[in-house]
Amino acid sequence: MTHWQLTEEQGAIEEMARSFGEEHIAPYALEWDEKKHFPHDTLRHAANLGMAGIYVDEDIGGSGLKRIDAVVIFEALAKACPSTAAFLSIHNMVAWMIASYGAPAQRTEWVPRLCRMDWVGSYCLTEPSVGSDAAALRTRAVRDGDYFIVNGTKQFISGAGSSDVYIVMARTGAEGPKGISALVIFKDMEGVSFGSNERKMGWNTQPTRTVNFDNVAVPVSHLLGAEGDGFKIAMAGLDGGRLNIAACSIGGAQSALDKSIRYMSERSAFGSTLDRFQALQFRIADMATDLAAARIFLHHAAHMLDEKLPDATMTCAMAKRFATDIGFSVANEALQLHGGYGYLAEYGIEKIVRDLRVHQILEGTNEIMRVIIARALLGR
Amino acid sequence: MKVLVPIKQVIDANVRPRVKADGTGVDLANVKLSINPFCEIAVEEAIRLKEKGKASEIVVVSIGPAKAQEIIRSAYALGADRGLFVETEERVEPLAVAKVLQAIIAAEQPGLVILGKQAIDDDSNQTGQMLAGLLGWPQATFASKLEVDGDRATVTREVDGGLETLALTLPAIVTTDLRLNNPRYPTLPNIMKAKKKAIDVKKPEDFGIDITPRLKVLKVSEPPARKPGIKVASAEELVKDLKAAGVL
Ligand SMILES: Cc1cc2nc3c(=O)[nH]c(=O)nc-3n(C[C@H](O)[C@H](O)[C@H](O)COP(=O)(O)OP(=O)(O)OC[C@H]3O[C@@H](n4cnc5c(N)ncnc54)[C@H](O)[C@@H]3O)c2cc1C
Repeated sequence: MTHWQLTEEQGAIEEMARSFGEEHIAPYALEWDEKKHFPHDTLRHAANLGMAGIYVDEDIGGSGLKRIDAVVIFEALAKACPSTAAFLSIHNMVAWMIASYGAPAQRTEWVPRLCRMDWVGSYCLTEPSVGSDAAALRTRAVRDGDYFIVNGTKQFISGAGSSDVYIVMARTGAEGPKGISALVIFKDMEGVSFGSNERKMGWNTQPTRTVNFDNVAVPVSHLLGAEGDGFKIAMAGLDGGRLNIAACSIGGAQSALDKSIRYMSERSAFGSTLDRFQALQFRIADMATDLAAARIFLHHAAHMLDEKLPDATMTCAMAKRFATDIGFSVANEALQLHGGYGYLAEYGIEKIVRDLRVHQILEGTNEIMRVIIARALLGR
Repeated sequence: MKVLVPIKQVIDANVRPRVKADGTGVDLANVKLSINPFCEIAVEEAIRLKEKGKASEIVVVSIGPAKAQEIIRSAYALGADRGLFVETEERVEPLAVAKVLQAIIAAEQPGLVILGKQAIDDDSNQTGQMLAGLLGWPQATFASKLEVDGDRATVTREVDGGLETLALTLPAIVTTDLRLNNPRYPTLPNIMKAKKKAIDVKKPEDFGIDITPRLKVLKVSEPPARKPGIKVASAEELVKDLKAAGVL
């Protein structure tokens, strides 16, 4: 089913990503979750296979693939651990933003390192007092000779503290989206500091921290694109990021569904195995149907972004909303089908539910997805 | 030195094989097929030899139905340089495969041939040995370690009593065991490059070889279902039952 429209190469790509996940991620995912371990070595191994710059051009170290290929990869990796796959997606977004909007020197200097994962990348848009309304962000970057002096705080930054490179959206001009610029800030620059690792419901295989900028002097050569392009660049990154997050939801949910099918054939109640109860059979049928619909829709959205079709942004928002809602509800159903055992960490289901929950919130909440869709349909 | 690696497509190791209703064989329709795991180890070993500068070119060969060409692409994605595909819809037996390989080896003149010790579909474990016999070359089967130095190869093989080390003069035949290496994953760029590489497709007739099977398959059937065991209450009872069964 997964393969219904995949080419032979996409089949090979899926197989590689899935086997890699099965061998190098899945056996450790519960432990990483429990110990809040960020698996840098494993991510670097994934990078060696080309998965840290999936849709970055080959001449600067990327794999030169399409969004549709990335979606296949992230679904496959998320079967092993949605949280780890999702972090790799954020890193890919960072590498792609520099590859797409960076000046020649930025591309050749920084991107190959990101593609090898010698450097890990984070994306900094959200602030303590601005989330959904990102265009109202307040982090300031004031030009002073050859530098921007940056002050402010970014909130909820995935990978913060571990990452080496931060794409920071900061205000260099007037209020509103056009006054925002994207700056590439390094971890070791004077004045960069991090909050403590947030205690959170899921996504525990990657840290989430605040990032503080206290008079950080960022060379003008670290400006990505032109001054005032920052919001546009941030949103362009999110189009693809949303596809990947949606794929991570489908992968996690598929793995929860597969576990449920197996469990139902083993667990007995009232004198027969669970898979004999038609009420439960129908649940499985619905879960599989919903996931298939979400997957096909997601592939369609990825195709639209690859082809830069006019409604791509709206369709990516639709697919993100749909797939992350379906993914969460399928995972939650899977937990129900496992009874009390689903609630125990050992069975690996509750982790999937915890991990997938946040996909409905980040990279734009699912309410904001509706705002984007409605705006495209109704105008403003 | 050129290294030749013959590879086979088989039913995937994770698939539960099902016997066809008419008992003529295993059902391969809509079943996932993959490169035989031992063949994958052979490809990996050849790539490692090339990385160490001991091999100059890796040529993979496969004999099978049209769909099996896929595994030549898989081998390209891992690092094979050139691929030869001998297409036939006929069931091929080890001797027929060995004869086709013999003809290819006559043309290619490799210094080393690395094969899987067996294919996990019919587990024949014969092709490498037959090929060595036909060529009159030295052979080292079930290799768990391979070292090449000039025109000599040293092979460590796993035998019942432990490990055996053989020294061979090249050209030679080596077949791989499970612990020889841990095959790598293909990288994304290499998967895409593999798509663009040409495959040289031939037919068995091109070598003037008759591959008609010499064995007739009468019937393929599922192994008999295992009989349920019994539970015993104590160690004494277990010993008593084992004695009664004549195994103690
Ligand atoms: C684990 C985790 C990791 C994250 N990683 C990153 C990261 O790496 N980089 C980064 O920049 N950010 C990151 N975020 C931040 C995330 O993108 C934001 O949390 C999200 O955009 C929502 O912003 P908020 O939390 O401020 O919620 P708010 O914007 O305060 O929203 C609160 C509620 O109001 C709703 N709402 C707001 N406006 C509207 C409206 N106009 N119409 C209808 N409903 C509305 C929202 O949908 C939500 O339900 C992460 C968050 C989490 C939890």
